[in-house]
Amino acid sequence: MWQELRAELHPKGLEIVTVALDSGGAAAPRPWIEAARPEHPSLIDERHVCDELLGIVNVPNGVWIDESGTIVRPPEPAWPRRPALADREPRPDDPPLRVESLRVVRALRYEAAPYIDALRDWVAQGAASRFALSADEVVRRSRPIPAEVSAAAASFALGLELHGRAEPDRAATWFLEAMRLQPDNWTYRRQAWTLAGADRERLYPTDWLTEVKRLGIENYYPPLAL
Amino acid sequence: MSTPFGMMAAVFGSLFVDPSTFERITGWSVKPEGVCRGERCIPIALRDGHVDVQAFADQSARALKHDAESGLWALGPESGSHALASARLPELELPTVDGKPFRLSSLRGQKVLLVAWASW
Repeated sequence: MWQELRAELHPKGLEIVTVALDSGGAAAPRPWIEAARPEHPSLIDERHVCDELLGIVNVPNGVWIDESGTIVRPPEPAWPRRPALADREPRPDDPPLRVESLRVVRALRYEAAPYIDALRDWVAQGAASRFALSADEVVRRSRPIPAEVSAAAASFALGLELHGRAEPDRAATWFLEAMRLQPDNWTYRRQAWTLAGADRERLYPTDWLTEVKRLGIENYYPPLAL
Repeated sequence: MSTPFGMMAAVFGSLFVDPSTFERITGWSVKPEGVCRGERCIPIALRDGHVDVQAFADQSARALKHDAESGLWALGPESGSHALASARLPELELPTVDGKPFRLSSLRGQKVLLVAWASW
């Protein structure tokens, strides 16, 4: 997905690194990575280290890091272009739930063009770019950690540990607790659903469409503040 | 994987943890003045040579969760601030899709766009 942009901007001094937040390891993201044949590093984050260290609650998210290792933009929604699924027209034989999902996917916010324009400006101008934020602003814009978010992270860690010990029901108890404590954390929610596999409906009596509508379609990808 | 930044949630099998295990899991080390990371020390006393995880949680505003059935305890990140304590990128080492360790710091000298995504 990012290879085309990498080809354009790598000669100008930008490297792209993708990190797959996948607790199942490399097996799940591997087909996508192999299909994209990226020249940039493709990393796997099984324990969701990046989520917590950087404050990521949904994907895709981008973080800009300058030549000295200083973050100049904290995590925010990052699309190289509008995803094809967002323009997929329902087919006559699509079931109603699929049609409704497509409607919601279309209604989500994808600010690809302004984001990539800003990225190009930063690559060209570096610290002089108006899109490169001060250190104070980077910290201020990163996710706050109230007590509930700390508790959510501890709960999610227990869920991952118990999942690794083949205790799906106990794991689900803690994943649900993490979702309750930090409802806007989509990486917790979607990772837990995926790890449940065939037990998903038994353990989690809800779905993506229901949850997106409950939490607000407009909140799924918050607006960029460029 | 290496997380010397030490802000991650951490899971323990007991509330009293030997100092080397505590340091390996959290990045915080035991010194005479307390449990320390970099310049910062949290003044807690060892209990029979072990770190008191509850005291550490209480004094650093971290959540502590307990799964009674398995006996596991999990410590959350420090609350009351932001995910990024500074704009300096935490040292981060993750495996590539081929399993080779990769340090983000190896890209110093280039601008980097880090993109988090997922297959789910």
